[in-house]
Amino acid sequence: MAKIIVVTSGKGGVGKTTTSAAISTGLAMRGHKTVVIDFDVGLRNLDLIMGCERRVVYDFVNVIKGEATLNQALIKDKRTEGLFVLPASQTRDKDALVKEEVEIILNTLAKEFDYIVCDSPAGIEQGALMALYFADIAIIVTNPEVSSVRDSDRILGILQSKSRRAEQNLEPIKEHLLLTRYNPARVANGEMLSVSDVEDILAIPLLGVIPESEAVLKASNQGAPVILDAETQAGQAYNDAVDRLLGKDVPHRFLEQEKKGFFKRLLGVR
Amino acid sequence: MIDVSFQLKGSALTVVVLALVEYNPDTLAAELKEKIDQAPQFFTNSPVLISLDKLENPEKCSALIESAAQLVQICRSLDLQPLGFSGVPEPLLTAVQATGLAILPKPSERALKIPKEIPKATEASVERVVETIVETVVEERLVQRLSKVITRPVRSGQQIYAEGADLIVLAQVSEGAEVLADGHIHIYGSLRGRALAGVKGDESARIFCQQLEAELVSVAGNFVLQDALPTNLFKKPAQISLSGEKVNIEALVVDK
Repeated sequence: MAKIIVVTSGKGGVGKTTTSAAISTGLAMRGHKTVVIDFDVGLRNLDLIMGCERRVVYDFVNVIKGEATLNQALIKDKRTEGLFVLPASQTRDKDALVKEEVEIILNTLAKEFDYIVCDSPAGIEQGALMALYFADIAIIVTNPEVSSVRDSDRILGILQSKSRRAEQNLEPIKEHLLLTRYNPARVANGEMLSVSDVEDILAIPLLGVIPESEAVLKASNQGAPVILDAETQAGQAYNDAVDRLLGKDVPHRFLEQEKKGFFKRLLGVR
Repeated sequence: MIDVSFQLKGSALTVVVLALVEYNPDTLAAELKEKIDQAPQFFTNSPVLISLDKLENPEKCSALIESAAQLVQICRSLDLQPLGFSGVPEPLLTAVQATGLAILPKPSERALKIPKEIPKATEASVERVVETIVETVVEERLVQRLSKVITRPVRSGQQIYAEGADLIVLAQVSEGAEVLADGHIHIYGSLRGRALAGVKGDESARIFCQQLEAELVSVAGNFVLQDALPTNLFKKPAQISLSGEKVNIEALVVDK
């Protein structure tokens, strides 16, 4: 049986889709057959980040409505072996997602895949609820600022009360904190919350810290998940996070401000 | 194994008590209606216990002696459900019995009576007394179990209410979360949200927490906002209690 991972946050624009793309690619790179599903019906983005937007024919809602089979809708990733994308519909809205039908699709996928990554939309409405309902593991994507942290806290409450595991009194969803857009220099200046501030407020284990990086924007625009670029700090940090998700003990990196060397300071290179 | 078709259990429940100080059937209905109209959802079809304990000069209360049924009728006409009477004074006993409703002892009466009886108990009455004791013990245990225990963090947007009970939270209460109890509230973590103890008016209720960072604390409706918390206790163990209408916030120090 596949493990179902939801990538969620409550707040928009914190990096859920970037994370979904990176984590699912990372899992597939390590030999786990993975499918990543875009639950953001009406605001489809994952296909762009994954660079498969031109190959979308059928989508998640088509499968739910019985207009296409799962195999017709699944897009095989060209870069990573064992990775598939199930895109969202751009023309429908979130009410097209019905619990019973989502369950049937997830059950079918669970037989074939090791991991199902659900990319949640922002908010706490139908789309987000459907994305998290069947989850076994949750990755809470949070930016180091107060409104993002509060929304993450809210979504943690919903995981505890409105998920399948909560409703059926099963073992609770495993929660992981992923801090994104972290800028140690701004933390040092007191402009940003520190890792320990966020950990203290949310009180869940830390999966990783992704430093703020220009590589993320570049990767998004090029449609190649940032984890593929092992040269960048963001790529390395996502790789560490995937290793931790799979149970490896990896020390956290990129938490401290980088010291500029003499020449860099002299030349003003960033 | 259950060898009969039913179980007999002791149980404790919270009910609305209508305590009469004086009785005038002509004005009571109007006064009661005015009160009920302030919170109609709370009172509609609410079970109510009529307490005559505080009734002044019961022997002169001829309206009640003549017809306690009329009082019951007044309650029913206002959508209340009278369960029975408590603390019925001697002169009214016959009239109350005629209504056919239950007659309950005063709340403290039973508990007080038994210890007195024990030393006096003779051989013949032992069996009867033992029976009563067993019944009382069961009831006391149930009362002490009236607390709600929460082991996971109470997150933003969540609301937890311990109705008729104390609330014990073995984790943090996040900003934007709300915990309420009819009794005390104990929080063995940070209190960053709102905590309201004694929400049904118990002025002796208290709030205890390991780290006080609350948005709001309230005891029996008297509240203090974060701005007014003493700065020296911020993020420190604290207890909140009420004296009169003043909310006291003190360090939680255990005397040795």
